[in-house]
Amino acid sequence: MNEDFEPRIVGMFCNWCTYLAADLAGTSRMKYPPNVHVVRTMCSGRVDPQLILWAFRCGADGVLVGGCHFGDCHYQEGNHKAFRRILLLKQLLPQLGIEPERLRLEWISAAEADRLCAVIADFREQIRQLGPLRAPLEEEKMEHVPA
Amino acid sequence: MSRPKVAFYWCASCGGCEEAVVDLAENILPVVEAVDIVFWPVALDFKRKDVEALENRAIDVAFINGAIRLSEQEEMAKLLREKSKLVVAYGTCAYLGGIPGLANLTDRESILHYVYREAPSLAANPDTMPQEHVRMAEDGVLELPHFDDTVRTLDQVIDVDYYIPGCPPLPQLTLEAVQKILKGELPPKGAVLAPAQALCQECERNASKPERLMISDIKRVHEVIPDAKTCLLAQGLLCLGPATRGGCGALCVQANMPCTGCFGPLEPIRDFGGKALSLVASIVDSTDEKVLRECFAKIPDPAGTFYRYSLPAALLPQRRKINAR
Repeated sequence: MNEDFEPRIVGMFCNWCTYLAADLAGTSRMKYPPNVHVVRTMCSGRVDPQLILWAFRCGADGVLVGGCHFGDCHYQEGNHKAFRRILLLKQLLPQLGIEPERLRLEWISAAEADRLCAVIADFREQIRQLGPLRAPLEEEKMEHVPA
Repeated sequence: MSRPKVAFYWCASCGGCEEAVVDLAENILPVVEAVDIVFWPVALDFKRKDVEALENRAIDVAFINGAIRLSEQEEMAKLLREKSKLVVAYGTCAYLGGIPGLANLTDRESILHYVYREAPSLAANPDTMPQEHVRMAEDGVLELPHFDDTVRTLDQVIDVDYYIPGCPPLPQLTLEAVQKILKGELPPKGAVLAPAQALCQECERNASKPERLMISDIKRVHEVIPDAKTCLLAQGLLCLGPATRGGCGALCVQANMPCTGCFGPLEPIRDFGGKALSLVASIVDSTDEKVLRECFAKIPDPAGTFYRYSLPAALLPQRRKINAR
């Protein structure tokens, strides 16, 4: 393991729970590793698998999706969909040469700031063990124009 | 006015797209009358030097099918681009990479190694490896094209004006596209010349699709004989119709087989496989991890299922080479 390696992690956090947990962590002056680039989404069910693939394409070493606990979804069942999609996506990723552990889904409520900090620290460590994903795409060569 | 000059060429493809042109049947006669075919190696005896002899932009439209894997294909694509006013990516291999694009799940080295070292059908000489240059006693040096590490879509190699999807494209779509070109009634550059609606909208079974479509199990095609009138997705078969562009009239579904997505994505979708995967995962009616795992085990090859025709055009277009750690 390269000791200097600091993973780039994209966090896609649900507006109603995990994002608020991150907010709470901030206002409570809790500490967590600065590796996560947070994207606020309205729901973990909004996290299209395309967005996760996009993050990996753009150089993320890991993607952390945070949503509400089952039963708490603001939109009833968005988190159920996220759960199923990510489960199936983790089945696909190894075929593309990406370890499924690089994608993580966690249920973190607005009150669980301490858990958020622990998850981020743990995920960072996990990705550090896996090493960098960055297999830079030859963007120009592989860019595909139509939608 | 002289007749428009047309060229056809094939790259990494199976020949089905050429067949689709021939499948115009008697409709090809007015087309052939209206145009002047200057290059079509499959059907007519023209050589590369005939194309090279043409002025730049002398060809009005070149239809190129197949993905790009060999240096020869890249050279021909570039040559035809130079000589043509319009280039149409004809068929899904040229458009999205197609079936040959699935080779991006591996790479050049692994393919050559398997084919020339490990395949059970290998005969006597295990030292044979294809070379790009071979010295022959009488003929001097023979040259073979370079075999690339990746399969690319046509627009990853040259500028493409229009796309005609399908594996293969339907004769009717081809005819409509040719007529549009002949009349000069073309949409903006970069358009896909097929309807901008999901396959379901032209599927006869659409009425039988429940308002809230949820399935409790995934079935594979060899396991069941599906009811011939009901929505296949509702019967648990992985029909990718909702994520796929229409234009074929739901041909496979008419034959009681689920749509595998050969027409590619609809406009706002960037990555067909990601969206198709999302579609399937969304409708499985469970939140129990064990049940879901059993259900998804019925998709033993997710990449081959969801990216069957579009891997080179995907967000992650090639299997990552695991870095030496």
